[in-house]
Amino acid sequence: MPSLPDMQGHFGPFGGKFVPETLMGCLTELEKAYRDARRDPAFRRELTHYLNSYAGRPTPLYHAERLSKKIGRGVRVFLKREDLLHTGAHKINNTIGQGLLAKRMGKPRVIAETGAGQHGVATATVAALLGMRCDVYMGELDTVRQRLNVFRMKMLGARVVPVTSGSKTLKDACNEAIRDWVTNVRDTHYILGSVVGPHPYPMMVRDFQSVIGREARRQIKTETGRLPDVVMACVGGGSNAMGSFYPFYRDRSVKLIGVEAAGKGLNTPYYAATLVKGTVGVLHGAKSYLLQDKNGQVMETHSISAGLDYPGVGPEHSYYRLSGRAQYVAVTDSDALDGFKLLAETEGILPALETSHALAYLYKARAQLKRGSTVVLCLSGRGDKDVETISRVLEKSR
Amino acid sequence: MSRISGMFAQLRRRKEKALIVYLTVGFPSMKMLPSLVKAAVEGGADLIELGVPFSDPLADGPTIQMASQKALENGITVPKIFEAVKQLRRSGIKIPLVLMTYANPVFQYGLAQFCKKAASVGVDGLIIPDLPPEEAGELLPLARAARLDTIFLTAPTSSPERIRKIIRVSTGFVYSVSLTGVTGTRNELPSDLVAQARRIKKLSRVPVCVGFGISRPDQVRHVASVADGVIVGSALIQTISKAGSANAPQAVVRFLKGLKQACR
Repeated sequence: MPSLPDMQGHFGPFGGKFVPETLMGCLTELEKAYRDARRDPAFRRELTHYLNSYAGRPTPLYHAERLSKKIGRGVRVFLKREDLLHTGAHKINNTIGQGLLAKRMGKPRVIAETGAGQHGVATATVAALLGMRCDVYMGELDTVRQRLNVFRMKMLGARVVPVTSGSKTLKDACNEAIRDWVTNVRDTHYILGSVVGPHPYPMMVRDFQSVIGREARRQIKTETGRLPDVVMACVGGGSNAMGSFYPFYRDRSVKLIGVEAAGKGLNTPYYAATLVKGTVGVLHGAKSYLLQDKNGQVMETHSISAGLDYPGVGPEHSYYRLSGRAQYVAVTDSDALDGFKLLAETEGILPALETSHALAYLYKARAQLKRGSTVVLCLSGRGDKDVETISRVLEKSR
Repeated sequence: MSRISGMFAQLRRRKEKALIVYLTVGFPSMKMLPSLVKAAVEGGADLIELGVPFSDPLADGPTIQMASQKALENGITVPKIFEAVKQLRRSGIKIPLVLMTYANPVFQYGLAQFCKKAASVGVDGLIIPDLPPEEAGELLPLARAARLDTIFLTAPTSSPERIRKIIRVSTGFVYSVSLTGVTGTRNELPSDLVAQARRIKKLSRVPVCVGFGISRPDQVRHVASVADGVIVGSALIQTISKAGSANAPQAVVRFLKGLKQACR
């Protein structure tokens, strides 16, 4: 199998560079800088140094015994504890990588888009760490539902720009960040937070996040003496899932399952399950599955989790879907709340609402798991940021 | 010769530069389109870019974003735009009409069908700002077969090598983006604008037209001193917004006359 993406950034029919000409030069520059950095032992040493002694890698692979018992049938569930990382989610794996790259390219300013605020916080953190200016674009709706993260970014010295166009969520924050980049491309690096966007982002973010899957693969083999039967993760743009899946790509016996947000239900207009319900289109610089109407207008999405509330998805996931290498499913907002409670009550861990989708599917689909099978689930982030949202919903339902 | 190339040949004989204007189809309403197009022609527009609204217009600033959103609220779709162009041609509009749209609505309609249908209703060319030459491999033969011009964009950040690549696939004209940024009026244009246009002209066998940021006659004159044409979009949308539906056509005529004067 040739390694993907190809030189133009295509994963089969997906990916590419669908961007205004102004950005084409700097995407080429970024790709070159990234390929050079990847080969440079000094860069790799620096990256590993910050990942380990600053962010807290390697993260544990935790055998969740009480959760496993709840699933039953001798299934063993292992949680890859990305929630224990500095700033509380896997996002920092990528922002450290891109931050160091920005510094290497001599860019004094970074920008980012953020949905749940986790990527914004992780970017603001790295900007503070490396002494760079930082502006974060965030949908106005998200600045309300993820208020806590807005404060955190501000305290870290970043400017948070509320985006009022369109649906006022992640998609629009992404538009605005790209517009900023088009304008300030000469001194600014755009730290994209997921495996989406034009080439080389899907490849680069995947590589930076693959540390999740690489560690998990080693850890599970040490722990159980063999590969897992299933690797599972939630999918919004898809960075924690791709980081978890990619190192298992060639392990054909390992089933890869991505869990999307079904919002209020796939038979309502309120969901964000791109790979389950979407059709092929172009958004934010890449061809991929997309939630759109028949006229090619991008749909407004809904999910209780801001981090999954996005109509697009990484092009490599589209490729995995098309080729059948991974399976994609979706669970609803209320399923996700059940997933949240399940982990809180069995293991004493509050997961992020994003991650709760994967937990919910694990529980719902437990009957389909082979007896005695081993599951690695990427616990992509912690739920502290969601406590307010969850308590509001639970109060209402009481 | 395409209608666009014919237009530039004619202007060259008259020693004039082209005034190219942009209208978002469906803003402020679909009903207004014929009168706005007629007003643009009367004001001296040599070519009209008809903007196909898209939900996520990455290359556009606040003015065109607002117009696109309004147009989408008005229920504008690609089939409706094709029908409108057909009616414009029937009503005797002779100047070149070009569709300016993002890649996704075109892909969703189907590239082959889009090109065929566009040509058959009287569209002369396509501008797709998020479709660089690298991603246009499928479009080019289809557009050629349909006799649609393909207008690609250069940017201030394009290397000479890229500019050559862009020119190679451009027919009708090349759209030179004046500044690093999104569409929208600017008080000041980049100081190296003329030098930049001159560089591109030197490499190009097709006319070079400059757009983004341009709104005033003095800016038009400055740009037209080198370029083959000047493109005005956001400033025209603002003129329409400010005038209100009833007065928009007269306001468009007046505004464009001032700009066309600067092209002579």
